[in-house]
Amino acid sequence: MKTANTLTIDGLKITIEGEKNLLEVIRKAHIDIPTFCYHSELSIYGACRLCMVDVSGRGVVPSCSTPPEAGMEIQTSTGQIRSLRKMIIELLLANHEQSCTTCQKNTSCKLQELANRFGVTKVRFKKAAAARPLDNSSPSITRDPNKCILCGDCVRMCREEQSVGAIDFAFRGSNVTVAPSFGKGLSEVECVNCGQCARVCPTGALTPKSDVAETWKALEDKSKYVIVQIAPAVRVAIGEHFGLEPGTIATGQAVAALKRLGFKKVFDTSFTADLTIMEEGTEFLKRLEKKEKLPIFTSCCPGWVKFAEQYYPELNDNLSSCRSPQQMFGSLAKELLPEKYGIKKEDLVIVSVMPCTAKKYEAAQEKFAVNGIKDIDIVLTTQEFARMIEEAGLQFNSLTPESFDLPFGFKTGAGIIFGNSGGVSEAVLRFVNEKVCGKKNTGNYDFLQVRGLEGIKETSISTPAGTLKLAVASGLKNARTLVESMKRKEVHYDIVEIMACPGGCIGGAGQPVYYKPEVKEKRAKGLYDNDKMLELHSSQDNPYIKELYKDNFGEAGSRKAHRFLHTHYASCKRTHSGEISILKGNSVNKLEVTVCFGTSCFLKGSQSILKGLVDHIKLSGLEDKVEVKATFCFEKCNSGPNARIGRKLLEKCTIGLAVETLMDEIKILKECASV
Amino acid sequence: MPETLSLKEIGLGYSRLKNGIKARVVVCAGTGCVANGSLEVFDALKKSLEQNGLDVVLELKKEENGTLLSKSGCQGFCQMGPLVTIFPQGVLYTKVKPADAEEIVTATIKANKLVERLVYSNPSTGERTAILSEIPFYKKQHRYVLKSCGVIDPEDINEYIADNGYSSAENAAFNMSPEVICRDISASGLRGRGGAGFLTGRKWDMARIQKSAKKYIVCNGDEGDPGAFMDRSVMEGNPHSVIEGMIIAGLATGADEGIVYVRTEYPLAVKRMRKAVADAFALNILGSNIFASDKSFNISVMEGAGAFVCGEETALLASVQGERGMPAPKPPFPAQSGLWEKPTVINNVETLATVPLILRHGTAEYRKMGTEKTPGTKTFALTGHVANTGLIEVPFGTTLRHLLNEVAGGVTGEDGSVSLEAFKAVQIGGPSGACLTRDHLDLPLDFDSLKSIGAMVGSGGLVVMNTCTCMVAISRFFMQFTQNESCGKCVPCREGTKQMLNLLDDILEGRADDTTLPLLEELAVAVQRGSLCGLGKSAPNPVLSTLKYFRQEYTAHIKEHRCPSGSCKAFIQYSIDPALCKGCMLCAKKCPSGAITGELKKPHKINTAACTKCGICVASCKFKAIKGAA
Amino acid sequence: MTNRNHRKFEEVCRILEKNGNDPARLIPVLQQVQEVYRYLPEEIMSFVATSLNISPAKVFGVATFFSHFTLKPKGKYIIRVCDGTACHVKTSTGILDALYKKLSLSEKINTTPDMLFTIETVSCLGACGLAPAVVINERVYGQMTPEKTSEVLDGIIKTEEKQKEAVNA
Repeated sequence: MKTANTLTIDGLKITIEGEKNLLEVIRKAHIDIPTFCYHSELSIYGACRLCMVDVSGRGVVPSCSTPPEAGMEIQTSTGQIRSLRKMIIELLLANHEQSCTTCQKNTSCKLQELANRFGVTKVRFKKAAAARPLDNSSPSITRDPNKCILCGDCVRMCREEQSVGAIDFAFRGSNVTVAPSFGKGLSEVECVNCGQCARVCPTGALTPKSDVAETWKALEDKSKYVIVQIAPAVRVAIGEHFGLEPGTIATGQAVAALKRLGFKKVFDTSFTADLTIMEEGTEFLKRLEKKEKLPIFTSCCPGWVKFAEQYYPELNDNLSSCRSPQQMFGSLAKELLPEKYGIKKEDLVIVSVMPCTAKKYEAAQEKFAVNGIKDIDIVLTTQEFARMIEEAGLQFNSLTPESFDLPFGFKTGAGIIFGNSGGVSEAVLRFVNEKVCGKKNTGNYDFLQVRGLEGIKETSISTPAGTLKLAVASGLKNARTLVESMKRKEVHYDIVEIMACPGGCIGGAGQPVYYKPEVKEKRAKGLYDNDKMLELHSSQDNPYIKELYKDNFGEAGSRKAHRFLHTHYASCKRTHSGEISILKGNSVNKLEVTVCFGTSCFLKGSQSILKGLVDHIKLSGLEDKVEVKATFCFEKCNSGPNARIGRKLLEKCTIGLAVETLMDEIKILKECASV
Repeated sequence: MPETLSLKEIGLGYSRLKNGIKARVVVCAGTGCVANGSLEVFDALKKSLEQNGLDVVLELKKEENGTLLSKSGCQGFCQMGPLVTIFPQGVLYTKVKPADAEEIVTATIKANKLVERLVYSNPSTGERTAILSEIPFYKKQHRYVLKSCGVIDPEDINEYIADNGYSSAENAAFNMSPEVICRDISASGLRGRGGAGFLTGRKWDMARIQKSAKKYIVCNGDEGDPGAFMDRSVMEGNPHSVIEGMIIAGLATGADEGIVYVRTEYPLAVKRMRKAVADAFALNILGSNIFASDKSFNISVMEGAGAFVCGEETALLASVQGERGMPAPKPPFPAQSGLWEKPTVINNVETLATVPLILRHGTAEYRKMGTEKTPGTKTFALTGHVANTGLIEVPFGTTLRHLLNEVAGGVTGEDGSVSLEAFKAVQIGGPSGACLTRDHLDLPLDFDSLKSIGAMVGSGGLVVMNTCTCMVAISRFFMQFTQNESCGKCVPCREGTKQMLNLLDDILEGRADDTTLPLLEELAVAVQRGSLCGLGKSAPNPVLSTLKYFRQEYTAHIKEHRCPSGSCKAFIQYSIDPALCKGCMLCAKKCPSGAITGELKKPHKINTAACTKCGICVASCKFKAIKGAA
Repeated sequence: MTNRNHRKFEEVCRILEKNGNDPARLIPVLQQVQEVYRYLPEEIMSFVATSLNISPAKVFGVATFFSHFTLKPKGKYIIRVCDGTACHVKTSTGILDALYKKLSLSEKINTTPDMLFTIETVSCLGACGLAPAVVINERVYGQMTPEKTSEVLDGIIKTEEKQKEAVNA
């Protein structure tokens, strides 16, 4: 008997349970439908045509965009369909740079996997496209258009999940390419370096930039003392590369591997995560006391920080001024360790192993260098770390576990859960709970409301100082939604934790490639299990942190702590486009006027300032003497609208001020000319 | 508030104004005739009329006596343009020049005499016909949708109304429920003219039953098939019929907003549609409470930006939303979730222009034309190697033979002769269509019979090709087109069309071998089966149909390195016939690659190794001594 | 001269306002902007992105998708050779080749250095009855041959030279 809600897949009866498309139903029947462009979290795109199945009465249809209907009879692998899939892969290969053996994605490439699976042994077509240049401009991500199969996963990820839209399709037909605006490099546009594009890229077209060679070079340089820090999320994912279950805690093997690779010391970023909680927690309590700069936004995620600097410059003051754990580590180590180890500061090389691509960008920022010496020299992703292990021939799973070095290798569980979305919040809660409410975190130290993979989570705790409200967002689209609703004053929070990657650092783009959604869940669980296994669970209990304060910084939030552990933020332009010439000014000795037309200034009325200035210039017959341009962003969005007139930068500019300054500057120019 | 005169009053008013008009001169101002200088002819006529002391009326605003001089939309007979028609006689003058104006006025208008040299003469028989409706090109057609095109002034809404225009929409607004409109249109059997021939009534019904406060009607005027210009002609010649069709579609589905999407390559159509929309708003035929009813309908006009794929519904909608025009998978169908995710009906221009006529004349009357399953008429753009190129309209089911022999006046051969002998094939439906051959001369042209042989009506381009046309080169031409116009989204279309083009180039340039054709066919089937949208699915049609009917031409190219029609450059060998060569040295001088040598007054020679086969020598030789052979 | 940039920029601001800074109006906005500049300068596209609150990559994507948009300045006279089916079977390619040769241009470099001419092909102007057709700016020329096209160009070149002389005098 035919029940109302079943359909048949390759002869098997399957119940429809609210699946939106056939593909999900077929997967439920344990049939691995091949696809490049279907991701449950992204919109349906329907372009790769691999998921085509035969629905009786309808013919060959794409399963990703066909809603399941009761009574459907589906065949997923007819001869017709297999030959179509084979042809599609062959066509893609014809237009793909086939340098598989040297490709970063070798063995984790989906195109390679499917070519193998469908037995494509020969490409009968000519290679069509001419080679396109590599985009190496970004410190985080390498873009190789020659390997792109145009599935659009990256475009939709960047737009839909991250609400950035730094890359999009450009051109048409066989010239289509995925590119940043105007064909610029990734580093010149609004890319926040989160690398989620690379995470979903099925081929080697978008990959985390590799710094492996540089690391080997440092390790082999006898004059260098190379140490390493390893982030919490790495330990629960590295094993996947070597066939272990996702979420397996492989800390001991990872430390052993790093030592075998030649790192002199192996430290734990969780230590500086504990330190971050001390600083950030203290900072929050101070703000709470003064009732200023609230809510406090976390600042450990460099993807989020760049996002905020670009789109929400008005939040600069609300961001916690704490450096991220990675950068705290760098600053600390570069300050304290040379003396301890009896080496020169410039000979100390610090490598980070991170789940993240944005950390590469963060470490490269000028503000994180002292006298030209970078706090962090090299950032490796989990993937790169795995590759080094492989290159060295180490059998990861058989390594005898080893322990971190002290003092920066000792952490509490609070520093471990940093790797999960909600982890920082939970760690802060454990801190605040004790400091404000005076409750010692013994026994139950879990705050389950902020756990899990939902995009936006919230909780509140009541304290003697009132109820504290807390929000957690991961994925920048969720961050944007949250911030926008805060801006509209629909919601109010005291603490907001934001991670650029969905699920937090465990879902970072530097982690081993995975295609199954449950992987993130297992990694998250791994970190919470790790927390349970540790002796301490609150950062403030970390004895080495206490010692650090005693010996070096005095107390949390001290002046010295600020110097080493805090930073500042600046608004950051989204695009590096040229200026728009408004008035040319023909005379040799002309006054230069530039009005900012970046989004922030534009919204604050720079258009009327420009108009006022130009009207005045025309009225006073000064057209020859002034050159007027509109430009994109002086990176001073908070004080906009901005204009530069001659040597003067005018903030919070008005027409009156602009005209007055213009006349002054003209006068000076005249005087100079007459002398 | 717009003046709310009833349509009847407006129509009567217009007729009253026309009472005093003694003669009417209609100058065709379709794109073709304008290109040939019809606007200059118009000015010259105006001047001549005035100089001859005749009152010239350019716009009927008040009751006047005199000669009404107006411009019309495309009359279809583009090749013979500029066209001037004179009423009441109904005389058609062809290829009129400004210098002819004076004679037209003094002879025909004043003295009722023909200007013989401007009268149409049949190129094959030499027979002369002065009366428009008697000319075979028109006589053998059945102009239904195009009836008013080329007669009425497209920029005068009053003339449309006087011709019963907007009466169907008004009637629908007051007297017909959405269900009844959908039922009537379904009963008429009207099928969408844009391509696959989906039943219009059913499409409307699908949108009608959607529960949504907002629905849209989109008129698809993105006519991009090369070799087709029916929609352009309707928009230029009778824009109000399209608007009326849209209003009715709105009433039938509950939509209150319409968008006319016109190809940017049609500036005149854009201009006329915009003016027509504005005029309709002014008379409250568009806007809130149209015809003083409780219904509302607004229309805006949007220009495309140059992408063939935007003729595909979902791609068109994407571009209306400010996105790249890339098709989206269906379902959901636009009728369920279209523009801004609201139910949206997308109809082709010709379809919409037919709708008011169906309601006006009744479905039974409509069904008298055409065939059982495909009632009505179809406009075709008849082009290529025929004596009469232009825009035509015939009932569905008409045979190709009738079209070619009667309407088109025969097929032209390379030497200019006119006969059916020179006929080789006709490409129907543009780059998505297929070719029909001699075997199909008696096939009734309708959706189903064409589909049965792997062809389609498409938008209605008919490109006739004579025996000198290489079918492999033609299929490469279409492949090049679809490859250029592929949006690049799905793999089979983006990569597949590119590789098909490569394989065709291999064939045409002598690089193909035994594996080429099987691979081409395998790939064609994959592209057909696997592509996302109609453009991709139909892209291999020209290749597959030429392979079916002209396979021997492919094999000749591959196996014998020979082009049977002698037109493929790669296989041509030029030689100079020493018997005919006078040694004038002109060819040697003109040859860009210095491949021709010889002394004055002695026969020349071509060095085939240096020859680039540009053909300049052939054109330059006055003695026809140089020949190319494949 | 000096005012031209400003007038153009003001025009762009007006266009954006007229279209209500509505991101859905991106295509009409770009069309109107292109009418002002005769092409789409990068910095103006950035400005459009800012004003419509969409990412510049999307503006770039749309501008490069539609063939009507051009990112490079075009010549004063845009010659569009129709290569629709009807024109193609009536050997429009011969006209195109002759034009390329006459102006020393190619498919890749299609604008003369003096910015006088740009050669393009267009797939069907809908003037199939006049095949082969060539459009120069707004004017359609029907039933063309390489020779006739060349004559038309010569006419334009002569007019331009005369104008130049008049200015110089």
